[in-house]
Amino acid sequence: MLLLAVVILGLSIGAVPIATRDVLDALRGIGDPSTIAIVRDLRAPRVLLAALVGAGLASSGGALQGTLRNPLAEPYLLGVSGGAAVGAVTAMAVGVVQPALITLCAFVGAAIATVVVTAIARVVGGSADTKLLLMAGVVVGAFANAAILVALADAPPERLRGALFWMMGSAADATWPAVARCAGALLVLGGILVWRARDLDVLSLGDEPAAALGVDVDRVSRQMFLVASWLAAATVAAAGLIGFVGLVVPNIARALGARQHRPMLLMSALYGAVLLVAADLLARTLRAPADLPLGAVTALVGVPFFLLRLRRLTA
Amino acid sequence: MSSALNAAERGARLAFGNVSVRYPGRTQRALDHVSVVAEPGKMTAVVGPNGSGKSTLVRTLLRRVPLESGQVTVGGVDVASLDARELARRIAIVPQREEPVLPLRVEEFVALGRHARRSAFGGMSDDDRAAVASAVDRAGIGDAIGRRTDTLSGGEWQRVRIARALAQAAPVLVLDEPTTFLDIAHEMAVFELLDELASQGQTVLLVSHQLNLVARFATHIVLLHRGTVAAAGDAASVMRGEILERVYEWPLVVTRDPAVGAPALLPLRGSGRSRERPST
Repeated sequence: MLLLAVVILGLSIGAVPIATRDVLDALRGIGDPSTIAIVRDLRAPRVLLAALVGAGLASSGGALQGTLRNPLAEPYLLGVSGGAAVGAVTAMAVGVVQPALITLCAFVGAAIATVVVTAIARVVGGSADTKLLLMAGVVVGAFANAAILVALADAPPERLRGALFWMMGSAADATWPAVARCAGALLVLGGILVWRARDLDVLSLGDEPAAALGVDVDRVSRQMFLVASWLAAATVAAAGLIGFVGLVVPNIARALGARQHRPMLLMSALYGAVLLVAADLLARTLRAPADLPLGAVTALVGVPFFLLRLRRLTA
Repeated sequence: MSSALNAAERGARLAFGNVSVRYPGRTQRALDHVSVVAEPGKMTAVVGPNGSGKSTLVRTLLRRVPLESGQVTVGGVDVASLDARELARRIAIVPQREEPVLPLRVEEFVALGRHARRSAFGGMSDDDRAAVASAVDRAGIGDAIGRRTDTLSGGEWQRVRIARALAQAAPVLVLDEPTTFLDIAHEMAVFELLDELASQGQTVLLVSHQLNLVARFATHIVLLHRGTVAAAGDAASVMRGEILERVYEWPLVVTRDPAVGAPALLPLRGSGRSRERPST
């Protein structure tokens, strides 16, 4: 219901305000041709992409939190998204144009970032301490941003999307093919996470209890981490780096009473979609006609949330 | 209770044969050719000072440490040949430490014991429900049903963890210091529960610091010292002053447990001098 409401709001509000009734008509192909074009070709893909990216980031974050047993884990803070962005940017800089291949490169970048982050945490801490993991993630994320800036410094702006798009994210350039790709990734990868949700329940109990209950801890953690990273990479390839959705939403889902991972992931996907559609709406309207980066809006909401959560965690 | 459940709960022999473990970067072995056998229908206890290798023995069952030599078998099957799920159906382990990280209700937490027997999707089968109900009943945590695990007292939490292991309906039950942090009544309740499970045919292997209760309840005691077996046998043959003094490096005396006549240990020295002084 909430999702439906923000989606309709997202379709109505914009540079040209359109009444809800006209939006519904336009979706069915009735009414003024220019209204139909705005709703169907500009706003609908943008709103849907924001919803899918939000759902993907939130469920990815929820799965990472379970795997790492840390409620502050999420793809952006872990540097996974940053790695994905570097992968995508690198691919485009060397001339790759097929979207599927770019997504694959984003995933490879995310996987490399994951390996680097866990290696840093292990070398510094002696074991994979999750606090160190987050710290290493932030460092790798900063490095990724720098790498994006350097890689795109002399890029022709008409061929490559700008560094700002990658570093702060946006759903402004949404197209129907991008929506379809993102929907496919969410269905398959999010589906795997939901399907394996009870493994996440058991994993989050700790290494030894999980092993005692019949989970091959190292293998299953690795699998879950990879699937969650791939899902995050797919969102990055579609809409750039958008932080804190993966952090905020699963925590809200838990606060609303989702105790096990299956309901938590499903709830996260739903609320993640709502949150990002709403954030995108803010991005378009807050300082209209300027189109704010989506990641800037989520960071403005997410950072205070992170600090509050951190305080409760260490209190 | 279904008959399948009863069959699964009949014990199987758990045997550690000449097991050696060396942690990476250590020169001394954590376990050095240790053999321990836990028989069905009996409570077997592993005791020893801190660092003697007790918990490492349990960790070999979780396969969190590589064996340098030797073999662990359950019901005659090499543990190394089983995958994680198969292993969890044969051996239920209550690890030493665990925090209630998920805000699960008690019954949801106990149901995680069925993880290795359930498919990824699909709800609980009748067998699953029967096993959880029976585990809750036997662990005596019926009153805690509906409560969240992060609101339980230490004693309740420990029994809820044991219930989860019982829900695994495995023929072998292994517990690593299950009564640490428990007061006398809760500690006795756990020992009586394990005693009852063993008498029902379950194989019970217990790692414990509680020498006197172990001497009272366990049929077979293995005393570890620096990764080797210092003594093994019944209470009378293990609970001997000269052996315990050497292993624990503390003067002590072995007397009689007045309740059941089992050997009992009293540490010596430390006269409690501070009590004789007026407090300032």
